[in-house]
Amino acid sequence: MTRRDLSETLLPIFTLALALLAWEGLVRYYAIPPYILPVPSLVIATLIKDWGTLSGSLIVTLSVTFEALAAAVVGGVAIAVVFAQWRLVERAFFPFAVAMQVTPIVAIAPLLLIYLSAKAAVLAVAFLVAFFPILANTTLGLSSADRNLVDLFRLYRASRWRQLVWLRLPSSLPYFLAGLRIGGGLALIGAIVAEIAAGSAGGGAGLAYRIVESGFRLNISRMFAALLLISASGIAIYLMLSALSYVLLRHWHESAQEREA
Amino acid sequence: MPVVGGGIERVGVMSLNPANAQDLAPSNPSALAPLVALRGVDKIFANGLEALKGLDIEVRDGEFLSLLGPSGCGKSTALRLLAGLTTPTRGEIDWRGERPPLSFVFQEPTLMPWATVFANVWLPLRLSGLSKERARPRVEKALDMVGLTGFARAYPRELSGGMKMRASIARALVTRPAALLMDEPFAALDEITRLRLNDDLLALKSALGATIVFVTHSVFESVYLSSRIVIIAARPGRAVAEIEVDASQPRNAEFRMSRVYAEKCRETSLALHAAMALPGGPESPSVKGARA
Repeated sequence: MTRRDLSETLLPIFTLALALLAWEGLVRYYAIPPYILPVPSLVIATLIKDWGTLSGSLIVTLSVTFEALAAAVVGGVAIAVVFAQWRLVERAFFPFAVAMQVTPIVAIAPLLLIYLSAKAAVLAVAFLVAFFPILANTTLGLSSADRNLVDLFRLYRASRWRQLVWLRLPSSLPYFLAGLRIGGGLALIGAIVAEIAAGSAGGGAGLAYRIVESGFRLNISRMFAALLLISASGIAIYLMLSALSYVLLRHWHESAQEREA
Repeated sequence: MPVVGGGIERVGVMSLNPANAQDLAPSNPSALAPLVALRGVDKIFANGLEALKGLDIEVRDGEFLSLLGPSGCGKSTALRLLAGLTTPTRGEIDWRGERPPLSFVFQEPTLMPWATVFANVWLPLRLSGLSKERARPRVEKALDMVGLTGFARAYPRELSGGMKMRASIARALVTRPAALLMDEPFAALDEITRLRLNDDLLALKSALGATIVFVTHSVFESVYLSSRIVIIAARPGRAVAEIEVDASQPRNAEFRMSRVYAEKCRETSLALHAAMALPGGPESPSVKGARA
């Protein structure tokens, strides 16, 4: 590790430790009761004590997030391919995809809860928010193939199918992966928002429900513990998708190139 | 990141001598019907721009023909017409018999960045249905010819600009085309790499005997490489002058210093300047201010 690497990893950890210490110290100094603001050590203790309940909720929220993300990938890429192959279809449907995206999803959630079961509604909301960035980015990527390469494929009389598979899909990969990273984060947000909207109708399963429930019971330290898990999930999803992006692009794309000092 | 500029020394065909230099053109090209002729070709783009008007160009078998003209004169459009990548608004493109296999080299190397050098060169064969194993000897031979032996597994971004262009040329040669269409392929390279690639291109041409149509805006490059130069004037693009360069002349450092070369460069420069002073040209009074 060089000096720069060291400062890049150690400095944020140091900052965090300092902030947690200050939090712990201030709460203890002013004797703030735990039902208003618990100390970090209590949050960790609660996390360990309630792990049985919280881990169950974590699995529920994560599985909704990943199911929604998987559906968004399949749907987004399939529709982007259809858009790229038949421009007329794109012109007919793209405005509706945009309209769906700009409508705040929280406003749709209560409606979905009327028509769908709570579990399906949560899944649908998470899918809807993750779907658009994947669709939009992949659509852009498919139409961004190098024009000279497109000419080259035409010169050698490549079929549309081969042009799609050997040229347009690989060209769109960096765009798709950028969309996937945004979609991954949004799927988690969508799942949380929908769980909160579903409230007790959600069957009392996910992490967001735990937050709402603990709020009612003034169990603030459990609220923080659940929040910590949501935060950690978001970071984990982002890191995972970034790693996937790096592995797939490291040989060729600028975004995965190591910068020379 | 391995960036290697050399590698030419290992390759046999790269050395040029007078014996094979005469292959640059058939001994009596005018006796043959042209390989392809553009006759009275107009090209008007969708936005109304008249790119070409009444363009007449004949391409003779085995010659090295340069299309020389200022930027935006339509010389690239003429090349794209020959390649069948665009169609003329009026006029004809007459191939002698069936259109033979062609290859195109762009100004940019135009490699697929996600694919290895091998996969890039394999592409034209792959598109014609040749499996990797069956294509391998031909791909490797093409890489040998351009001096990229041992770089099959490299990715384009690991190569220098000159080597990327070599890979691009290997991809063009792998199909054994009857004609090679090149659109300012060396314009983006530095002078030293460019001179070296000029010599290598001539050596490849004499080894393969393909016809080359070469678009450039460099007087020196066109004189050094060509057996014939057609000057294209701009707005609308049309052929305004033709200069023959003695094809039997060996092309090497000595030729670059020779009186013949200097005279041909002078003749070509004068013809180019005359073309640029024509109405529509970049040095005609009506356009001068607008292009600045």
